Amino acid sequence: MLFSRRQFLTAGLAAGAALAAVRLVHGPFGEGNAAAPAAGFAFLGNDEHVILGAIAPVVLAGALPAAGAERTAALDRAVRAVDAAIAGFLPAVQEEVHELFALLAFAPARRFLAGVSRPWAEADPVSVAAFLEGWRNSRFALLRSAYSALRQLILAAWYGQTEAWGAIGYGGPPALDTAKRS
Amino acid sequence: MIRDPIADGIAAGWKLTDGARLVADVALEADVAIVGSGAGGGVAAEILAKAGLSVILVEEGPLKSSRDFKMREAEAYAQLYQESAARKTSDKAITILQGRCVGGSTTVNWTSSFRTPPATLAYWEKNFGLKDCSVAALAPWFEAMERRLSIAPWTVPPNENNDLLRRGADKLGLHSAAIRRNVKGCWDLGYCGMGCPTNAKQSMLVTTIPAALALGARLVSGARVDKLLFSGGRVSGIECQALDERGVWPRAAKIRIRAKHVVLAAGAIGSPAILLRSQAPDPHRRIGMRTFLHPAVLTSALMPQRVEAHAGAPQSIFSDHFLGTAPIDGPIGYKLEAPPLHPLLFGSSLQGYGEPHAALMRRFASTHVLLALLRDGFHGESQGGKVVLRSDGSAELDYPISDFVWDGARRALASMAEIQFAAGAKSVAPVHELGVMHSNWPDARAAIEKLPMKPLLARVASAHVMGGCAMGADPTHAVVNAYGAHHQIENLSVFDGSVFPTSLGANPQLSIYGFSARNSSRLAEQLTGRPAPLIA
Repeated sequence: MLFSRRQFLTAGLAAGAALAAVRLVHGPFGEGNAAAPAAGFAFLGNDEHVILGAIAPVVLAGALPAAGAERTAALDRAVRAVDAAIAGFLPAVQEEVHELFALLAFAPARRFLAGVSRPWAEADPVSVAAFLEGWRNSRFALLRSAYSALRQLILAAWYGQTEAWGAIGYGGPPALDTAKRS
Repeated sequence: MIRDPIADGIAAGWKLTDGARLVADVALEADVAIVGSGAGGGVAAEILAKAGLSVILVEEGPLKSSRDFKMREAEAYAQLYQESAARKTSDKAITILQGRCVGGSTTVNWTSSFRTPPATLAYWEKNFGLKDCSVAALAPWFEAMERRLSIAPWTVPPNENNDLLRRGADKLGLHSAAIRRNVKGCWDLGYCGMGCPTNAKQSMLVTTIPAALALGARLVSGARVDKLLFSGGRVSGIECQALDERGVWPRAAKIRIRAKHVVLAAGAIGSPAILLRSQAPDPHRRIGMRTFLHPAVLTSALMPQRVEAHAGAPQSIFSDHFLGTAPIDGPIGYKLEAPPLHPLLFGSSLQGYGEPHAALMRRFASTHVLLALLRDGFHGESQGGKVVLRSDGSAELDYPISDFVWDGARRALASMAEIQFAAGAKSVAPVHELGVMHSNWPDARAAIEKLPMKPLLARVASAHVMGGCAMGADPTHAVVNAYGAHHQIENLSVFDGSVFPTSLGANPQLSIYGFSARNSSRLAEQLTGRPAPLIA
């Protein structure tokens, strides 16, 4: 997605304004202020795992099983692995991640900043990909860092799991009882 | 059966306190409290305990040992690394890998062992008045630590990932050499970064720390040092917060330790942060300043053959051609190494997402990566970063990447691509959000020339945090003197990588071992009035 210089500036201001608005609505994101984790999650709230569930299939295109129940289950495991990873971050960093999701969940930001017109639960992969591509190439470090955080979280979660290894020709760690001593 | 010295020690009745299991506040007392159990603190613990002093070693991370090291990234990073190996600089542009477990980064490093380069020591003497830090003055300390930690030439042939660096450099007539490693009976597995499962790596976890504990020292793990306590211009002790099992949330219990002397060895982010939180004297505003990273950039190549960069000793060949052929205070130089590749870290570092990313990942077994460590801190336009505190008191490193550093990053990407093509690569890409595979060196060079070098486009990582409590003769420019003694607080020392006044231009573990051995021995003499114990 290519913006003109003016559109970029507008986007940067809008990001700042949207974040300020989100903070006003939610208050500070300190311990106890963020939405409680959804049932079965350590960190992600209901809105948050829905957003992640919309973005992860685009980030993992070509890596997830192509279709069917296998794909749904793999995607679910990836989202849960992201959840587990974030729960290990410093409290201050967890707050930042909540802030990122709050920004994405804020409908005006989703629509005008991310360019995703449908709610996340209904967002189509093409518009999610356009959103990622726009933020990846943004002039604004804030949006690039958001892109970077999302891709890094999702890719780390996926490739940390045994099920991702077959497709990349990695056999997993050696078994110590049979490993050859040099 | 692999012997686990930690399990043996627990059975033998070592004095251990685990913050994750404390049910009430604890008050402890010792001659010396050491904060941090990595390269600096581990060495200090053994020397001071051997000198007959009572020692308490405090570590933020958990006590884990070979029984727990399963060679799985997801588990290892969450257990053993600061912020689950996802620590970032303030603007998120640099990922920082640091250990957070008993043994610190030495438990998870890749075993590369270099003495502090002579050019670096000469620069320190000239610019920071560090006259006692000559090559000759330090040599006995490096020799002693090399003996203690079995640091020796690695005589097993390099894995293909490292041999490609050697062959590419040879072809171009560039220097390359073997890296010495701190291992004993190494199985050549390649999983050093997840904790050595065979205890071959001579980290602090299996050497100095068990020795100190066997002499009666106490280890407090799972506890973050909130602050130093001061009284009458001296440090009187430390206050620690017990942490939950994951090391994330504070628990109710606190641990207070009274000590005659405190040694900070919490690493180059942790040590300055503790001083800042404690509002330690800092009349010249030096704490946390000039923190360096050896910012590292990467190129990724597809080879016609299998490389299997996850298997075999992780870093065994290096090239200093781009450090040694230009003045140290000129345009930034860089050291080249071949890092091990494992799916999680590689997959999340590689640029992009979706099908293009997946396509590169499918070539994982044939992928070769080179890494350039930029030697920061030797030029006016490379002032490093600054450790700052967030509103909750946690530490963050603000490290803006200057154009001077970006210039080196661009040159490094080109040098690495050229070496990879010389070694037979079919294609090479800079690890950069706009980086794509090029099938020949002229195309790659032209593309790298034009790449925008900006935060969060170029991938930058660091595993070497240095500085922030710089040593120096002049208290207006330094936090500690040449022996790690704090300039303002008499009974406080800093013995870790934070004392280096610039980066090193080499992987830091042996530099930290050597300086900590020298400074701990001097401290032992001062505190006991007797000659320091022999190290090895």
